[in-house]
Parts: sequence; C-alpha cells; structure tokens
Amino acid sequence: MFYGACVINRQETTKCSAAITVGTQGRRMLDFIQQLVSGIALGCVYGLIALGFVLIYKATEVVNFAQGDLMMLGGFFVFTFIGLLGLDYWLGFLFAVCGMAVFGMATERILVRPILGYPQFSIVMATIGLGYFLRSVAGMIWGTDDLKIETPFSTGVLKLGDLVLAYDKLSVIVATVILCGVLYTFFNYTRMGTAMRATSENMLAAYYMGIPVKRVVSLIWAISAAVAACAGVLLAPITFIHSNVGLALGLKAFPAAVLGGFGSIPGALVGGLIIGIIETLAGFYLPQGWKDVMPYIVLLAVLLIRPQGLFGVSMRKKV
Amino acid sequence: MRFIFKTDYDQDIRILKHGGYWWSYGVLLALLIAAPFVIGSYLQSQMVFVFIYAIVGVALMILTGFTGQASLGHAAFLAIGAYTGAYLQSLGVPFVVYFPVAAILTGVVGAMVGFPALRLTGIYLVIATIAFAFIVEEIMARWESVTHGNEGMRVRTLDLLGVPLPRDGEAFYFLCLAVLVGSILLALNLLRSPTGRAFIAIRDSETAGKSMGIDLAAYKVKSFAISAAITGLAGVLFAHKMTFISPEMFTLLLSIEFIMVIIIGGAFGVHGAVFGAIFIVMVDPFLTTLKDDVPVAVANVARSFGMAQDAAGDLRDRLTAIASAAGLKGAIYGLIIMMFILFEPYGLYGRWLKVKLFFQLFPLYKRATFKRQKTYVKSERNR
Repeated sequence: MFYGACVINRQETTKCSAAITVGTQGRRMLDFIQQLVSGIALGCVYGLIALGFVLIYKATEVVNFAQGDLMMLGGFFVFTFIGLLGLDYWLGFLFAVCGMAVFGMATERILVRPILGYPQFSIVMATIGLGYFLRSVAGMIWGTDDLKIETPFSTGVLKLGDLVLAYDKLSVIVATVILCGVLYTFFNYTRMGTAMRATSENMLAAYYMGIPVKRVVSLIWAISAAVAACAGVLLAPITFIHSNVGLALGLKAFPAAVLGGFGSIPGALVGGLIIGIIETLAGFYLPQGWKDVMPYIVLLAVLLIRPQGLFGVSMRKKV
Repeated sequence: MRFIFKTDYDQDIRILKHGGYWWSYGVLLALLIAAPFVIGSYLQSQMVFVFIYAIVGVALMILTGFTGQASLGHAAFLAIGAYTGAYLQSLGVPFVVYFPVAAILTGVVGAMVGFPALRLTGIYLVIATIAFAFIVEEIMARWESVTHGNEGMRVRTLDLLGVPLPRDGEAFYFLCLAVLVGSILLALNLLRSPTGRAFIAIRDSETAGKSMGIDLAAYKVKSFAISAAITGLAGVLFAHKMTFISPEMFTLLLSIEFIMVIIIGGAFGVHGAVFGAIFIVMVDPFLTTLKDDVPVAVANVARSFGMAQDAAGDLRDRLTAIASAAGLKGAIYGLIIMMFILFEPYGLYGRWLKVKLFFQLFPLYKRATFKRQKTYVKSERNR
C-alpha cells in the first residue's frame, strides 16, 4: 500500500527494557501506558494537521487536501535549513515556519482565491492537484531517499519509575499543548482573531462590517501552513522526511478532522487523539492489518451515529 | 444555426434531438468499429482502456455529476467487480453468468455504502467513501482464500460462449465498446426518466427536492447502487484486460483518477465522461512521447538559430535529464488538474460546446455567454 512508507514504531525498544523488572500484571499495565503515550504523540501530530484543515475550512469552507503535503514541505524546509545549511535547530525551526507561512499565503493567492465560491468539490480537486504537484516537486528537488535531521529531542528518554518515555514523543505532545494555547489565545483575545472568527461565521456580513476579508483569509492560510510546518518539524525526528509522508499522515488526519466535526478546533485535536490512540492500540493488541483499517472503521461507526462528527453542529438552510 | 420546431412534448426528452445526431453519432460509431482494423495494436489497447475508464466515468457521472454525491471510493467498486469476476471464473462459471453477477454484487455493496451516505453530505461523504475504499482494499489483501491476498490473482482469457476473446484481440475491443455504448444509453435513458430527474433535483437542492415529494433516501441509495453496478461491469473488463489483479492496483490514487475523468471531461454531461477518459488514458503515452521528442526538437531549433553544435547537444542532454526525472509525471498531473479547475471548470466538454457555439453563431458570438459570475462564498454548511 502506498501509505505504508510511514512507520511510527519505536516503542519496541522501550517496551523491552521496562518489561524485565515488573510482574505480568504490572507489565501489561505498563505496556498499555507505553502504547497510550505513543498513541497520544501520534494523535497530536494528526491533531495538528487536522487543526490546519479545520482553520481553513472554518474560514473559507475550503477543504485543503494538500495539508499533509504542506507538513511534508515543512519537514523538507527544516531539513534544508538545519541539515544542509547547518543552522541552529531553533533558528531553522523559525525559518521553516515563516517560510511555510509565506508559502501558504502564496497558495491562497494563486490557487484558492480565484476559485472561491465555486462548488466545494472542484476546490477539493484543486487541492488534490496541488498535493500531487508538491509531492512530485519535493521528490525532484530533495530526492526520494529518507532524510533525517538531528534535533535536541532525537535521542534520550525520560524515566518515571518503570515507565520510559522518549523525548521525541514528549516534545510532540508538549509542543501541541503550547501551540493550542497560543492559537486559543489568538482567536479569543486578539482583534485579528475576532475578525477571523467573524469571517468564518459569515463572510459577507464580515465584509460589510469592514473586516478586510481577503487579508484575513490570506492570514488564515499562513497560520494553517505554519501549523503544518510545526507538525512537520516535530515529526522529523520520529519518522523520516520523505515526499510521501505527507499523503500518508494527511489521509489519517483527515478522518481525525471529520471525526471531531469538521469546523471545530477542539474537535480536530480530540479527533486526532482518538485516531492516534486507536491506531496504536490496534497495532499492539489486534492481529496485523487492523492497525491501518481500525481508524476508518471507528470513523464510519461514529459518522453513522453522529453524521456531523463529535463536536460538529448541524445547521439547516431555510428555503 | 438550427431551430427545432417542437410539435410534441416527447421531443423534449428525445435522446437524438434531430436528424443531424443520427449522422454524427452514426459516423462516430462506424469509425470506432473500423478503428481496430486500421490502428496499431498499441493504440487499440489504449482505446480499450479509454472504454473502461469511460464506463467508470459514466457511472461516476450518474452519482457525482447528476446526483451530486461525491465519491472517492470508486476504485473499491472496480475492485469488487474485478475480484468477483476473477473468482467466479476460477470456479468455472461462464462469462455470461459472472458478468451480470459481478454487477449485481457490486450494486448491492454500493447500496450498502449508500445507506450511511443518506445522512452525510459534502466532505463527510468524501471521507466516508475513502474510509470504505480503504477497508475494501484491506479485505482484498487479507481474504486470502478468495483473493490470494497481496500475491494477486491471475485472470484467464475471457471465454464468451465457447469463443475465446484474447485481451489484445478485436473481439475484446468490440465487447468493451458494446458495454460502453450500453452504459451510455442506460445513463441517458435514466436521465430522462423520473428517477433521473429526481437525481438532478437532489443535486440542485436537497431541501427543495424533499419538499417536492422526492424520497431522498430511496433515490440516493438507487444512485449509489446503479453507479456501483456499472463500475462493477467495468471491473470485470478491467480484470480481463490486465490479466492479473492485486489489491495495490485499486488504491485511492485510482479513485482520484476516476474523479479526474469527470472533472476534466466536464461534470455536467455524459459526453464529459468520454472526453475525460480519452484525456486521462492518453496523457501518459503523450507525456512519454514528449519526453523523448521535446529535448531533441528544442536542441534542433536552438541550432537553427545559430547555437554551436556542442552547446545544443549539451542543452539537449540537460533537457532530457529534466524530462526523465522521477516525479515529473506527478507534477504535470497536478498542474493539469489545477489548470483545468482554474481556467476551464466546465472541462473538455464545456470547451467543445463553446467552440461549437462559436461556429454556430459565427459573427455574433459573445464571450460573456459562458462567463461565470463572481460570487462571495455561499456556505454549504447549511443544507
């Protein structure tokens, strides 16, 4: 399968070291917690990508299928800055995020703005086309080998009693929490954030109120691409940087966003966590093959019961 | 310009609106029937793929183009058709039986997918169909007693009532052509029936359709079932054409290709499915030809403008290196999709209509006829 390229499985090593010291019952519990933490870390990555989807969808009703590929591009940017140009990790991180923000704005200006207001499905196709394009071009520029960068979190573990947690996973979780806090503050307590929420409620009304809708939408794309870049950078020590990693993760983050109710920011994170935890636990406890399918089965089940997702609100049009 | 004088209500729903249609489509059909005796075997093989893609395109047109239900899971329906055909054939069931059985089975699965789709709209439906396609792909890979898992399955030569139809032969070409013509006629007849008009009403506005007394649930399930069944037919032909099927042939990328067929062709008429299929199938050999010829041609042009011999050779080598880079095809694919949506949202069929109208109205054609109105974003969240 084409999305088989991404492997997020480093728990084996940590699992064994913990297993020796404790009894069967305790070990099972420990295994479970270990899996849960990797699941949460994976879920945070999905959640971050899903957050990008949701931000754009909320503001413009555009479903950006290329979000995973923006994340991939962020990973390549950081590889260029740190791996090739030899910059400091944090500086490279900053540059990559800024670079992706500019890239997001450019995408909005060139590809999305001309087709706003057309049927949703044609916009979906346009972003699928963008995804194809970015994947191929990234493969042509940076090659198709797996790339890896050295980060402060690449090695090392945190030991809590018998529990062994790798820094790379913890860094993802911590960064997600910080990023969510920042975004929450931005959307709720700043002028621009309020303008963005108004735009996403009703674009025309926001325009009448004097909100510069075009600039707001550009900025939302920039934020969304920057969030994707953060996910890409955080993921770089865990998986390899490869041009297909975006598609693989994007296809998992998408159900996450839908599960949470497309258009709900907390929903995206919760959906991401659910998908990540289910996937990791299914990979550990169920026979081989369930790992990739289980998130989709859960997704279908949830959609059967709540078609608008967990946190979504269903609205009706007046005729 | 032709004006049709209508004297009868039936004239509104006639498939062939006037005598000219008999001529143009008759000539087209005659050309297609004569084609395998004229064109080479490679082109004939590509034509068979065009037919198969066009059958799927027609199926998808019924679902997406006319009922407005997006699907990124049609590769899964194709897979179900292909595997049903291959499995039943390996049990010794004759073609005349397993061909319709594959369609019926795929149709039943399609109806089952249609049920959750009743409550889902827009992007939720897209995701649900993707999820369905992933699950089917995984089942194909795991259910080894029937599908032989990832090793794949060999498909024997098609045997129509004792006559073998090898996959490169003219007979197979005619079979595919016949199935395509049949499914196009089915789609056209469906669209002028009450069912088809209900489909179009659902696409245009679910709420309005419901208030006109259309049973949304029944018609959505019907649309899914019909679309899936036609795709199942295409699946059997696909299996016989490939002679080998395995789960990794039916991925999301294939579903995206099918959607591209109708987007590029123009998602508002059955013509679009055929135009799109021609484009999607032919773009690959075309790019290959370009890859070989363009660098040489550019170098020749450069030389004729007075470039030195070895500099031109150098240019040619460099262009060849760019042209044979691994990912170029994907990049061009992506560009084509984006360009079509940005500049020709009505697809190839839309372009065809514009050109036709230009000549019909010759000195009086107005550019504004097809100009799209600029509009602010109308929310699809409220439905």
